[in-house]
Amino acid sequence: MAENKPLLKAEDVSEVFGGLKAVADFNFYINKGELIGLIGPNGAGKTTIFNLITGVYVPTTGDIKLDGESIVGQKPYEITQRGIARTFQNIRLFSELSVLDNVKIAYHCHVKYGLIETVLRMGRYFGEEDEITAESLKLLKIFKLDEHAYEVAKNLPYGAQRRLEIARALAAKPKLLLLDEPAAGMNPQETHELMEMIRWIRKQFGLTVLLIEHDMSLVMGICERIYVLEYGMIIAEGTPTEIQNNPEVIRAYLGTESMN
Amino acid sequence: MNSVRRRDLTMLIIGLAIFGVIQGMISGGMIGAFWQLNIILICVNVIMAVSLNLINGYTGQFSIGHAGFMAVGSYVGVVATTNFHLPFIVALILGAVCAGILGFLIGLPTLRLRGDYLAIATLGLGEIIRIVIMNIEYVGGAAGFKGIPHLTNFAWVYGAMLITLFFIKNFVNSSHGRACIAIRENEIAAEAMGVNTTKYKVMAFTIGAAFAGIAGGLFAHQFYLISPNSFTFLASFNYLIMVVLGGMGSITGSIAGAFVVTFISAALASFPEARMIIYALALILLMFYRPQGLFGYMEITNFAPIKKVLDKISGKEA
Repeated sequence: MAENKPLLKAEDVSEVFGGLKAVADFNFYINKGELIGLIGPNGAGKTTIFNLITGVYVPTTGDIKLDGESIVGQKPYEITQRGIARTFQNIRLFSELSVLDNVKIAYHCHVKYGLIETVLRMGRYFGEEDEITAESLKLLKIFKLDEHAYEVAKNLPYGAQRRLEIARALAAKPKLLLLDEPAAGMNPQETHELMEMIRWIRKQFGLTVLLIEHDMSLVMGICERIYVLEYGMIIAEGTPTEIQNNPEVIRAYLGTESMN
Repeated sequence: MNSVRRRDLTMLIIGLAIFGVIQGMISGGMIGAFWQLNIILICVNVIMAVSLNLINGYTGQFSIGHAGFMAVGSYVGVVATTNFHLPFIVALILGAVCAGILGFLIGLPTLRLRGDYLAIATLGLGEIIRIVIMNIEYVGGAAGFKGIPHLTNFAWVYGAMLITLFFIKNFVNSSHGRACIAIRENEIAAEAMGVNTTKYKVMAFTIGAAFAGIAGGLFAHQFYLISPNSFTFLASFNYLIMVVLGGMGSITGSIAGAFVVTFISAALASFPEARMIIYALALILLMFYRPQGLFGYMEITNFAPIKKVLDKISGKEA
């Protein structure tokens, strides 16, 4: 795997907020098709790294490359168009809109019809709109949300809202999917189903996945490689088994007892 | 998709039928001069309310300087027809283009602001436009522009209103419109889903301003004289009230809002003392019992019984 050209690579990335070094000399890579976990205690800088990758923050120093090209300084929407989609830790759905419209919005960057075609309802408008609706419904079906397609997103149960966020991110047709605590607030049954789903969509859509998660059963269950972050620095990297036995990780994150 | 087209056609036929009835009544002398004027004002106000709704209701950018763009359309239009003797349609388009360009130029810097800051900035800009016009001697300054040919009639305003409605309806029901709505719902998520939020905010603002320009041109050519006083921030508020009253994010709501507001103020014209009190009371009561406006985010055409009838007419399986 190591000889593969990485899909995403961060080189010496630092992010300083005032006097606080939120991320320091962050180096990592993700190869195409990998499923990587990013863990660490609260406040370690995990979500900051997501925000750096997706362009919400611009790194103070360092470079982030997608497919060998730097994406530093690009706007979030440009980075999405280049193939990185994300979900949010605190759910950010378009809450007053229908479940279907939530997904349809994410097809935005793949729409080719222009303003004139829109207003005069001609050319590619109908064909593309039909396609978007059909594909959105297909996605909703995968996430078992198709029966709720016409309900308002905010009325969905919590777990379903999390699933909708993933469905919406997939609609942007990303190469790399970033999941920020996808299992937060889910019960063990739901978490288990989510794991299966992540595995399945990754295979089905040929995705590369980077996820932040506190639920260790999920992280250890599906991730192939794990990075451990503490105080903005990577303190360990390795397979789930290596991470579980790494004394540094146990000290920093898991406490003195080993986990199962 | 075919059903969408048939639905559009149905709406167009209904629109034309309403036109036929009202035009017939005007030609037959059944509607007096006072109500003729008010019917024209209703159509102008519908254009204003729907175009403002695109900015405020759909894109969620709280703008309260809409009368400023109307003023630009008015003055550009009357100068074009009165001083340059251009055809009315050219004057209207010129007014729309100028208002649109101004909207674009104003939108670029101001739409970086959010919420109340944007509201105050647009309020100020609307006033700046008015005061600038007031100080241009060429257009009559504070005394106003006199000798405007009476070119506006019911057919013109109704036609322009239908075009506006179809334009904005089609815009909103597309990926572009969804991008605007996404900005209203959650700007951060919209950006993360690949929506260029600045572009779409400015686009909505520009389109809204351009249609306000058309409304301005139609409005001005109804009267012999226009003055900057027709475009104060009170006028802007009036359009805002129509939008809020009808429901932010509902085109049919804006139509209803424009209709209700214009109709109430016309019907109460003979009781000038009580007029503002009743008007204010009506607004307070509405906000009390229906804060989302008459229609909320809904279109009346999606309201079950009406949808049924429409589907039947358009020949779609229910």
